[in-house]
Amino acid sequence: MVKPQVEPGAVIDGFTIGERVHQGGMATLWSASWPDADVPMLMKVPRVSEGEDPAAIVGFEMEQMILPRLSEPHVPACFGSGDFAAQPYVVIERIPGKTLYDRLSDLPIPFEEARGIAARIATALADLHGQNVIHHDIKPSSIMFRPSGEAVLIDYGLSHHNQLPDLLQEEFRLPYGTAPYMAPERLLGVRDDPRSDLFSLGVLLYFFTTGERPFGETETLRGMRRRLWRDPHPPRRLRADYPPWLQEIVLRCLEIEPVWRYPTAAQLAFDLANPDQVKLTARSERLKRDPLSTVWRRRFNRGLTQPKPKADLAAQLASCPILAVALDTEGSEPLNEALRVTAERILATLPSARLACLNVLRLGRVTIDTTLDEQGRNKHIDRMVALKHWASPLKLDEGRLTVHVLEAVDPAAAILEFAEANHVDHVVIGARQNSLARSLLGSVSSRVATEAPCTVTVVRPPRLASLRLQDDPIRPRGFA
Amino acid sequence: MLLAIFADIHANRQAFSACLDFARARGAQRFVCLGDIVGYGADPEWTLETVMDLVNGGAMAVRGNHDNAVSSPSETMNAEAQAAIEWTRGRLNAAQRRFLAELPMTLQEDDRLYVHSEASNPGKWRYVQGPSDAARSIVATEAHITLCGHIHQPALYSMSSTAKMTHFVPSSGVPVQLLGGRRWLAVLGSVGQPRDRNPAASFAMLDTESREITYCRVPYDVEAAAQRIRANGLPLWLADRLAVGR
Repeated sequence: MVKPQVEPGAVIDGFTIGERVHQGGMATLWSASWPDADVPMLMKVPRVSEGEDPAAIVGFEMEQMILPRLSEPHVPACFGSGDFAAQPYVVIERIPGKTLYDRLSDLPIPFEEARGIAARIATALADLHGQNVIHHDIKPSSIMFRPSGEAVLIDYGLSHHNQLPDLLQEEFRLPYGTAPYMAPERLLGVRDDPRSDLFSLGVLLYFFTTGERPFGETETLRGMRRRLWRDPHPPRRLRADYPPWLQEIVLRCLEIEPVWRYPTAAQLAFDLANPDQVKLTARSERLKRDPLSTVWRRRFNRGLTQPKPKADLAAQLASCPILAVALDTEGSEPLNEALRVTAERILATLPSARLACLNVLRLGRVTIDTTLDEQGRNKHIDRMVALKHWASPLKLDEGRLTVHVLEAVDPAAAILEFAEANHVDHVVIGARQNSLARSLLGSVSSRVATEAPCTVTVVRPPRLASLRLQDDPIRPRGFA
Repeated sequence: MLLAIFADIHANRQAFSACLDFARARGAQRFVCLGDIVGYGADPEWTLETVMDLVNGGAMAVRGNHDNAVSSPSETMNAEAQAAIEWTRGRLNAAQRRFLAELPMTLQEDDRLYVHSEASNPGKWRYVQGPSDAARSIVATEAHITLCGHIHQPALYSMSSTAKMTHFVPSSGVPVQLLGGRRWLAVLGSVGQPRDRNPAASFAMLDTESREITYCRVPYDVEAAAQRIRANGLPLWLADRLAVGR
């Protein structure tokens, strides 16, 4: 078959080629259009001529398999692809603007801005991992932002899809990727751990807040291998004003052992969205790297870092959910006890789950609210104390527990919004109380159960449940 | 065209009917049978008649080592397989035995090759146990996609343009695009005697337009199939192994 020429004005499978946008080492990008479609498009054409890097071909094949499977908004839409039989290409949505690489001249950027950027990337990663894909090339030039703010991850040439053949696994004996951002386990050939992406995001966050790359710019395998035993300088050593919560997050992402990092991107996004709730450990204050004795132990006792085969990606993510319990701190004791029993059962089976305890401080629709109660105490703080008290019998390590008092006119909307924004996997909520006022106001639990983006468990205290069957004829059905 | 491809049915009526229903419900337009229609299971007559009807309707079928053993007593097998084959031989009529004896070893269709064991030497009945076995089969053919069975464990191999191999254990129900730039060996799981510790019947569907292969798992009445084996006095392990998928 004659290869069609890729040049401005040419038409390939109905796509009209526009101007050349970018010439990279692996591929050339052209603007493209489709009759009657006003979405800006890019045609990516791999460089496959004689003598080119075989990674260009394999990377293109991975994108060709993976991109059509993925959904927006954190991935560019894919409109079509062509095979090597004729002209290889993929046509994807053209995201306006520049990649994060464009910001490198501004480094270091303010902490708060970096937190916002990292939170959006972590959210995108949580979404991508949920679609069975590990990106494996998280770095500034792989990240763009939609005008609406969502991060978009581009370039899937090095990615791993948990349900598709991994064409890179056996192709190259050396790990392929971007050296400064590559997780240590990648150097051992591990490609099935989503926490590798969290490491790369940690490198990016370190770099953006300190202006220095945590592992330098080494490109040699020997230089890269040092990160298997040598931890980076804590950011506080470079910047005395570095916030402890931020150092806690960054160094946790950069842990050498994946198991010491955040278990999921969603849990990392949670901490980035709630910096005042980050549990500070010794990491947050550290000024020095690990002592040489630790480094030597890591270097010569490599049993610690042997790659282990993983359960499948979906199972890994499912074992580390974010659980939210919505609690009425002034509600009935039996109901709150029943909520605790339910939460305890869920947490007992999932040691990497974390728990967010929510309470809604209800604001009046017309009255001007004061945060102080009749006795002049701060209602917000009282509720936080009550939530912590409720959770204390669960004996959760503090890193697994957060408490949140949401101030809102509409409690159901506040809980739903929290669940959405914080990637909550499971909401546990008490059923409507048996009182006239609650009946008239409508049930928060039934609305949460109907509208939540995740699983919802509606809890009743055992005896109340049996009474209510007779007493409450207008009880909404369907949630038990 | 949407193909439904079955390997190693092994006279398991319950499993084969469940797979046929599943494939038809999903729009299969054509059927391919990769051999070992009989052996091990207790319903060789029904299974063979069903395959013969499919072939009369345009399906393609190749010969497996158990099909071969019905007419060639010299075929070497383990004791249980041998016992089942001898029992099977007595159940089949002349037309059925002739159908088995006349099955081709391989069939080629467009850029696809169908074979029971592997393509480098189909009559040796070698198992594809890893990338090197797969590579030997792939280089022995011109086909873009080779489809085989025999080992009763699903796997998907590819060879890149630089002769590098990849190995993948397919996920049930997830279509995989068999990219044009590399060559593929799709090893199917077994319909009638899965051995990958998943007792559900295994087969695959291939969309020849989009070049997507989907490995499918279909639950079936395992206990009924096992009961038929016991009731016919076949070796008990042949019944027991169905429940554990090994």
